[in-house]
Amino acid sequence: MSDAPRTPPRFSATFDPYSIAEIQRAAATGIYDIRGGGTKRKLPHFDDLLFLGASMSRYPLEGYREKCGTDVVIGARFAKKPIHLRIPVTIAGMSFGALSAQAKEALGRGASAMGTSTTTGDGGMTDEERGHSSILVYQVLPSRYGANPDDLRRADAIEIVIGQGAKPGGGGMLLGQKISPRVAKMRTLPEGIDQRSACRHPDWTGPDDLEIKIEELREITDWQKPIYVKVGASRPYYDTALAVKAGADAVVLDGMQGGTAATQDVFIEHVGIPILAAIRPAVAALQELGMHRKVQLIVSGGIRGGADVAKALALGADAVSIGTAALIALGDNDPKWEVEYQKLGSTAGAYDDWHEGLDPAGITTQDPNLAARLDPVLAGRKLANYLGVLTLEAQTIARACGKSHLHNLEPEDLVALTVEAAAMAKVPLAGTNWIPGSSF
Amino acid sequence: MPDIDLATSSVRDLNAALHALTPKNNGDKLSNETLWRVINPGGKHAIAAGLDFPARIEIEGPVGYYCAGMNKKGSVIVHGNAGTGVAENMMSGEVRVKGDASQSAGATGVGGLLVIEGNASARCGISMKGIDIVVKGSIGPMSAFMAQAGNLVVLGGAGENLGDSIYEARLWVRGPVKSLGADCIEKEPTGEERALLADVLGRAGINGEARPEEFRLYGSARTLYHFHIDNAGAY
Repeated sequence: MSDAPRTPPRFSATFDPYSIAEIQRAAATGIYDIRGGGTKRKLPHFDDLLFLGASMSRYPLEGYREKCGTDVVIGARFAKKPIHLRIPVTIAGMSFGALSAQAKEALGRGASAMGTSTTTGDGGMTDEERGHSSILVYQVLPSRYGANPDDLRRADAIEIVIGQGAKPGGGGMLLGQKISPRVAKMRTLPEGIDQRSACRHPDWTGPDDLEIKIEELREITDWQKPIYVKVGASRPYYDTALAVKAGADAVVLDGMQGGTAATQDVFIEHVGIPILAAIRPAVAALQELGMHRKVQLIVSGGIRGGADVAKALALGADAVSIGTAALIALGDNDPKWEVEYQKLGSTAGAYDDWHEGLDPAGITTQDPNLAARLDPVLAGRKLANYLGVLTLEAQTIARACGKSHLHNLEPEDLVALTVEAAAMAKVPLAGTNWIPGSSF
Repeated sequence: MPDIDLATSSVRDLNAALHALTPKNNGDKLSNETLWRVINPGGKHAIAAGLDFPARIEIEGPVGYYCAGMNKKGSVIVHGNAGTGVAENMMSGEVRVKGDASQSAGATGVGGLLVIEGNASARCGISMKGIDIVVKGSIGPMSAFMAQAGNLVVLGGAGENLGDSIYEARLWVRGPVKSLGADCIEKEPTGEERALLADVLGRAGINGEARPEEFRLYGSARTLYHFHIDNAGAY
């Protein structure tokens, strides 16, 4: 063998190792990959924005002395009983079924400790989550699994789910491993089947019908409850405008980074748009209709830290919602379960087979032994801690920008690091006054 | 017996009054308020939605969307046609439409009895979860889509794709079925199931017009209950 240097192995940028492995897996199994979580690809995101902070022309607030408000009222447009959240970070809809009862309880405990809301999911409301959630939003989904008027009335708000960021245009699925006897009973399904959820509502089609549906829900609940409309981010300008026209009190806009309990990977990675690209069009729709701050905008998808919260609010949102981050705060992907993650063919930080019901952390499972690993009191405390940090971090930034309330943050406080982010967020590229797509 | 005229009163006023009916305030003193008459409904939406009391509501004319939506315990009679989603997600009680019903009649209904004396349009009984629906006429396409539980009884015929992706509901059709949806097949009813059908017909007040043995039973083949590559063509 010659000692002459050889061309080293070179991987294709197109057929990279992951793509090759996926082709091989597809060829071997004949079925697409199903997983939990949100998109894993790199996207323009809040990391691509920076706050300018105070300077000669802006006056900051003292970090530990001057108040920076964090509260938000949702639903004052039509509801007799709007909800008042102490912090603008809510817990997104996640079902009992997708999550263990312990996880749902922990979410309720954590959110309640911080004065914010949690949300039911496909399959209805459990007594445990109602009991542990001081403010509970009840989802009305296409499947209507577990839907009933008593739960509508004992909810604090109602969220009509049209789509979610991980799969705009797609219905839910819950695989048989998680259709336990209790889950099956709540959903009127045979035990152990792979549950499909419809992607369209069964009794209305389009925004004109939605207006009448909202009217019915208001009648059933005597106009007491705020009614949200949740959409996956795809056409945020029109969806927001149509939701307002249909009579929504609030619009929930979920970017493609938002998680799911179980969906085809191809759907998660290739349908929808990032939340960064969705907020400004939605805000523009609200402003053009004179409804900004009157119809609240709650955005979600990839919120991790207080800077993300502050950036979302600066772009015009009234609140954010978290799902994946909340599960991580409870204990999802904790390195202490590394040995078990490896047995499942994954590793801490990458585990996403939430649909299989084998979650070592006891969160995305219906296995009673696994679920018992999650202490809902401790996990709830951790979530409350995390929500507290999100709020403190957002306040830190807001004070640096001279804002006495998080809602006083504004696009003018932001610049972008990339041309793409500048175009999507409609803020200048850092160091310039150039907003791509702007006429000036 | 209260008379509510929807030409002069609002649906909100009507529903608020109906929702105020509770066992607590409905002692002997108020027992005459269990019979209500609504006139000039004018196709308005959400009439008698959210009832949670065993009152009887007679509606003299056509109703719009979601009449008797999420009904619980109440008995609602529509002397006319009904719009989309009549008795949607009904929990219990009875809703009777003397005329025809638009699409999604009885959608996602959990319990109770819905009787449509005329025809019902598309998606009748979609995602039904335990309700019994009896249609004296025929039903439109995509009826009983993803139907989970309960009985859909049709004295006439059914449109295309009956029972597509059905779970455990029973579909009884006396007349022709244009086509069956994915995973929906004809089944041989047991004696117990025939008795169940007879009971539903009896409760619907259909005695003599149709006999249980005249109906064919359709239900789930249960081949799509688990995702399997060999079934991909069925979706």
